[in-house]
Amino acid sequence: MAAHLKKRVYEEFTKVVQPQEEIATKKLRLTKPSKSAALHIDLCKATSPADALQYLLQFARKPVEAESVEGVVRILLEHYYKENDPSVRLKIASLLGLLSKTAGFSPDCIMDDAINILQNEKSHQVLAQLLDTLLAIGTKLPENQAIQMRLVDVACKHLTDTSHGVRNKCLQLLGNLGSLEKSVTKDAEGLAARDVQKIIGDYFSDQDPRVRTAAIKAMLQLHERGLKLHQTIYNQACKLLSDDYEQVRSAAVQLIWVVSQLYPESIVPIPSSNEEIRLVDDAFGKICHMVSDGSWVVRVQAAKLLGSMEQVSSHFLEQTLDKKLMSDLRRKRTAHERAKELYSSGEFSSGRKWGDDAPKEEVDTGAVNLIESGACGAFVHGLEDEMYEVRIAAVEALCMLAQSSPSFAEKCLDFLVDMFNDEIEEVRLQSIHTMRKISNNITLREDQLDTVLAVLEDSSRDIREALHELLCCTNVSTKEGIHLALVELLKNLTKYPTDRDSIWKCLKFLGSRHPTLVLPLVPELLSTHPFFDTAEPDMDDPAYIAVLVLIFNAAKTCPTMPALFSDHTFRHYAYLRDSLSHLVPALRLPGRKLVSSAVSPSIIPQEDPSQQFLQQSLERVYSLQHLDPQGAQELLEFTIRDLQRLGELQSELAGVADFSATYLRCQLLLIKALQEKLWNVAAPLYLKQSDLASAAAKQIMEETYKMEFMYSGVENKQVVIIHHMRLQAKALQLIVTARTTRGLDPLFGMCEKFLQEVDFFQRYFIADLPHLQDSFVDKLLDLMPRLMTSKPAEVVKILQTMLRQSAFLHLPLPEQIHKASATIIEPAGESDNPLRFTSGLVVALDVDATLEHVQDPQNTVKVQVLYPDGQAQMIHPKPADFRNPGPGRHRLITQVYLSHTAWTEACQVEVRLLLAYNSSARIPKCPWMEGGEMSPQVETSIEGTIPFSKPVKVYIMPKPARR
Amino acid sequence: MPEIRVTPLGAGQDVGRSCILVSIAGKNVMLDCGMHMGFNDDRRFPDFSYITQNGRLTDFLDCVIISHFHLDHCGALPYFSEMVGYDGPIYMTHPTQAICPILLEDYRKIAVDKKGEANFFTSQMIKDCMKKVVAVHLHQTVQVDDELEIKAYYAGHVLGAAMFQIKVGSESVVYTGDYNMTPDRHLGAAWIDKCRPNLLITESTYATTIRDSKRCRERDFLKKVHETVERGGKVLIPVFALGRAQELCILLETFWERMNLKVPIYFSTGLTEKANHYYKLFIPWTNQKIRKTFVQRNMFEFKHIKAFDRAFADNPGPMVVFATPGMLHAGQSLQIFRKWAGNEKNMVIMPGYCVQGTVGHKILSGQRKLEMEGRQVLEVKMQVEYMSFSAHADAKGIMQLVGQAEPESVLLVHGEAKKMEFLKQKIEQELRVSCYMPANGETVTLPTSPSIPVGISLGLLKREMAQGLLPEAKKPRLLHGTLIMKDSNFRLVSSEQALKELGLAEHQLRFTCRVHLHDTRKEQETALRVYSHLKSVLKDHCVQHLPDGSVTVESVLLQAAAPSEDPGTKVLLVSWTYQDEELGSFLTSLLKKGLPQAPS
Repeated sequence: MAAHLKKRVYEEFTKVVQPQEEIATKKLRLTKPSKSAALHIDLCKATSPADALQYLLQFARKPVEAESVEGVVRILLEHYYKENDPSVRLKIASLLGLLSKTAGFSPDCIMDDAINILQNEKSHQVLAQLLDTLLAIGTKLPENQAIQMRLVDVACKHLTDTSHGVRNKCLQLLGNLGSLEKSVTKDAEGLAARDVQKIIGDYFSDQDPRVRTAAIKAMLQLHERGLKLHQTIYNQACKLLSDDYEQVRSAAVQLIWVVSQLYPESIVPIPSSNEEIRLVDDAFGKICHMVSDGSWVVRVQAAKLLGSMEQVSSHFLEQTLDKKLMSDLRRKRTAHERAKELYSSGEFSSGRKWGDDAPKEEVDTGAVNLIESGACGAFVHGLEDEMYEVRIAAVEALCMLAQSSPSFAEKCLDFLVDMFNDEIEEVRLQSIHTMRKISNNITLREDQLDTVLAVLEDSSRDIREALHELLCCTNVSTKEGIHLALVELLKNLTKYPTDRDSIWKCLKFLGSRHPTLVLPLVPELLSTHPFFDTAEPDMDDPAYIAVLVLIFNAAKTCPTMPALFSDHTFRHYAYLRDSLSHLVPALRLPGRKLVSSAVSPSIIPQEDPSQQFLQQSLERVYSLQHLDPQGAQELLEFTIRDLQRLGELQSELAGVADFSATYLRCQLLLIKALQEKLWNVAAPLYLKQSDLASAAAKQIMEETYKMEFMYSGVENKQVVIIHHMRLQAKALQLIVTARTTRGLDPLFGMCEKFLQEVDFFQRYFIADLPHLQDSFVDKLLDLMPRLMTSKPAEVVKILQTMLRQSAFLHLPLPEQIHKASATIIEPAGESDNPLRFTSGLVVALDVDATLEHVQDPQNTVKVQVLYPDGQAQMIHPKPADFRNPGPGRHRLITQVYLSHTAWTEACQVEVRLLLAYNSSARIPKCPWMEGGEMSPQVETSIEGTIPFSKPVKVYIMPKPARR
Repeated sequence: MPEIRVTPLGAGQDVGRSCILVSIAGKNVMLDCGMHMGFNDDRRFPDFSYITQNGRLTDFLDCVIISHFHLDHCGALPYFSEMVGYDGPIYMTHPTQAICPILLEDYRKIAVDKKGEANFFTSQMIKDCMKKVVAVHLHQTVQVDDELEIKAYYAGHVLGAAMFQIKVGSESVVYTGDYNMTPDRHLGAAWIDKCRPNLLITESTYATTIRDSKRCRERDFLKKVHETVERGGKVLIPVFALGRAQELCILLETFWERMNLKVPIYFSTGLTEKANHYYKLFIPWTNQKIRKTFVQRNMFEFKHIKAFDRAFADNPGPMVVFATPGMLHAGQSLQIFRKWAGNEKNMVIMPGYCVQGTVGHKILSGQRKLEMEGRQVLEVKMQVEYMSFSAHADAKGIMQLVGQAEPESVLLVHGEAKKMEFLKQKIEQELRVSCYMPANGETVTLPTSPSIPVGISLGLLKREMAQGLLPEAKKPRLLHGTLIMKDSNFRLVSSEQALKELGLAEHQLRFTCRVHLHDTRKEQETALRVYSHLKSVLKDHCVQHLPDGSVTVESVLLQAAAPSEDPGTKVLLVSWTYQDEELGSFLTSLLKKGLPQAPS
């Protein structure tokens, strides 16, 4: 009925509106009956504007379907005409805007009305709101040229309004809908096709700063929409740089940047001289000047934009780091210059004398220019700014510019190194990262390296690790530099033993990058002596390992080096090559038969055969169907074994191999369970033996969850198969329960549930069903109508036969698949000293773990603590505890709070990482759950967990509290 | 002619005893009231007799403003208010109000107890003086009286340092005091909005210097300290108790924290502890980092820095000691220096400038053997370092501030004449702003042209607005109205309202003109022809043909009459009011050209 009425509304409307618009509104009163009649009645009932407003607010809370929008809009418009109170009109106008955004509703029919009411409106606020509504309509119909033109016209007409809000909206409208060049076909509407850019440009000098900002924003909007701005606005924009209001200046900086990117090579004159420079250089200079603006918002904006101006000429670029120092009118050298000079004169920086920085030559007073309009010292100022936001922006900009210009990179090094001592850690970190990014372009001088290395003692772990990463890819110029770096790293190691892995890794790269610099250091480092044998160092000393890692990696490309090794070094090499194979490369050592060297060249071509092998063994499995059960079992077992071994050997195939092995194992379990004798015997007699079958069912379930959630890169195709396997497991469970329990009552429920599951499966994967030919589910669905009406016993019987008959499904392999894994680095679990704390109070345990291939670790990764009494506790780490050092890699550094009542002995608790999953969150939303009422809890709730790291044991000792 | 007069009593082409008199729009304000460190006689205080020979200063000064707590900006305050006599308000910021009396008391103690001066102000006088202080907040506009208002801006330099804007009507002066345009470890940078004052009075201590980045200096300092303590040496840092000392403390404290060092740092006590207490309280006045982190931990609650005890100096092992005074001329710093000077592992770092004749100056200039009192010769084996940490704006910073505030003219104080000369020239050249640098006692007079506000009635404004387009609103526009000057205020109202208010009747002024037309037809027909002609020409005006035969165009009246003597010509009477002059003259000239031939 309702739908019918709605249709009527629509028909009547279309009939009337087409001929002439004025009468349309009058006639519409006849069309009261509609689905939204409730709203209409409410509005009619409203005695006061406040009431009406309440109704409208209530109405706005509920969504409106696309079909009924039309009717609602009519009713709203009708009330709009009658309404005297501007606040209600305002609300109606805003509702119109909201409604016209509804998907599936074409708002062109209400545009005429909107424009109509706009013309009669007096209140500025309502006007602004109506323009906003028009904007919503206009953006909804981007193709309709005529409407756009008309809206632009309307906007131009209201530009002269006295209220800034209205002007703002008009400019916004122009920016979003206006166009610069008119399409040639619409010559007739040439009047409407005015130059929008010029119109907007006129408002750059509006008296209200908000309007000026809106004008610039509109201009930027034009640019964003792909319209080419004219160069003429450059001068206008430059004038706005000295505006009184920060938002105007901030927007103007953006506009200048946009123009400079559009016309980098045009020539602009320098005022007060007859020279000319490139526009991009001029803009660069102007933006640089804004780095010392009074408002930090503008400074941040300017500093950020500087980074993306890569076309600027190097002469200007280098000026940004230049700040001519003087003292008492005499030229002074900067500390950087002094450091450089000391270095090049061969003397190490002493800086001990007073007046070391004494000014040298006299400065010509006329020549000193205190406020160069150019780029002078922009970065010097930016890096010294009081707000760390500006400093970070400046560092980022420096990074981007240095990446594109090697000579600039060399120059900005000193400044970056200085930033390592910033008071805010974020800035320090950022500058270290920046340095790493530009490290290809630079070689560190010794004095710079010295400053860099000083930061290794920083107590923040992030800083130290970032610095290790930086050292990994730094070029050092001298052997003293290498030595210095090694010494500092070893110092770091003794001070912070937890950095061990990171330092070793760092030395690995340091060694392999500078083999020739390490060579002369070897005797000293290994403390060998030409005549005497020296004591053999302790093999477990991390510092000694660190030195060896450096040397072995250098030796890889330096064949003369092994000659310098003493006997025990070779022994240690063999040991380290085995124990720390990721850090120690294979060396070609004289007089040793090299297992690895024989293997290493063949590793690369081997990749293909192993891939082939994988394919073959998987294909072999698909002939499973034709084998007898015994043979099938054997084949599966062999294949699983092969796959597992393959995964161990070939790390790049480990994901695929594991994934398919798991699947096959599920199949194997299923077959085994079905082979059980219990099926042939009368049910009640074999209570005991069903253990195996039910255990199998349980295990298959677990494995399927692992398959679904522990691998990244699983696609929908695989999910179907996995779910199918799980369904089989559930069927098996049902059958086993049916055979082992007496009484039908529990069975009823289980049957019901199972059938529901089948139903779900069908709905989720309806698109994939054709791929599941001949499978368990396929058959099941055929028999569905019968199952629905059957008794449980019968259902069980049918299921049983079907399970046996169903075909083994081919598992298509995804392109990229990786198994999620986690390693707990800390606690190491080796300590014999128990962690003592007073029972009942809390002790914090530092946990440090690396996670690989975990998607969305913030929500899924949990820490579990297992106490000796079986008590388990799950801890949700904070999102901030996860760091993301690289793609697919995450690092969890968190604190776990332990607490327990007193024990008499120190005991071990187990800490492990869990992967929480929730199968309903993964599945695409089904139609009946739509409507936005899904509570967020559904998304985050945990259905189950999969342990995915080796447990680590921590020795703890809660002492009884002393009274 | 209205004018602003500025007379420096101190700090004119000089550093020390800052005291500047400003009279602006009839109000007299004294900026700062400092003492001079170089003198011990009468010259150490400003010459207040310049203001008045007899009678109390209160009658001549509307208020006194103190920019910050350094003695060269507030040292003469108790003398001025209690001994010379001033009862008016003294404005300063809250931190200054808190710390100023501590320093004054310290100053008094040294002058009276150590040097035995008589006729100096007493502790009670300091207290009484502080009672006259009115504390202001940053960016708070304080109404001193009906017309005079002042406003404080952040200045960096030391805790609580402020720049002040003094404003009367539309005339204003900004006084910077000492300020710092680059942030340091505990304070932010000075900031001012685009207030466009008539005059900016700025310090110019470093008028001829452009400084290196602060980071290099900090890094050097930290590196030197770190290296020395790693070697097992002791580090002595002589400081003055307030200002730089806190900056260096923060610097070392954070470094110790970052680097996880355990070497003890000591601070020789004294007035410092009291002052540190205030530093902890005035967190909003510090820099971004301290403000952001004080919720977790107040940076001034030092973890690594402990109070120094005399006995600690003999302790073995490395340590860092901050000791007063800063120039090694007396007191604890000198005692420690004597103990440690003999060991080459140790180091002394001078963080600031030293006056000639002090031990600090001697060792900085490279002297290795010092004669101490009692004919002893002290051989200095320890390393001597110099590290300048000063918190004044350099030449670039001064220019930047001038650029930010956009004043009409600039006046330089608190600097040496020679250096000022250079900066003055630069300001005039590059910013195109007139610049002055008066000596002490010299008066600078600046003519001003204050704008006079005129009230306009809303009706009139709206009516005039409706006639023009908006975007050119910044340009001057012609406006019709009546200016009424009454009781020293000005109003612009529409003429009707003016008439009504003044009780005057309106006089109408009409112009009448005759135009002769050659037309043989009757008057009515002529009128009709005129009507149709005008109707066709003046499309956007309201042309009417009245029943009595006359034609109106808006308010212009046209009547055709036939003079008896010549039937061939008709006389057209055109009459218009003064307001319609434009239209009327246009019509007459149009009609004089004659009517188009009717298509008869």
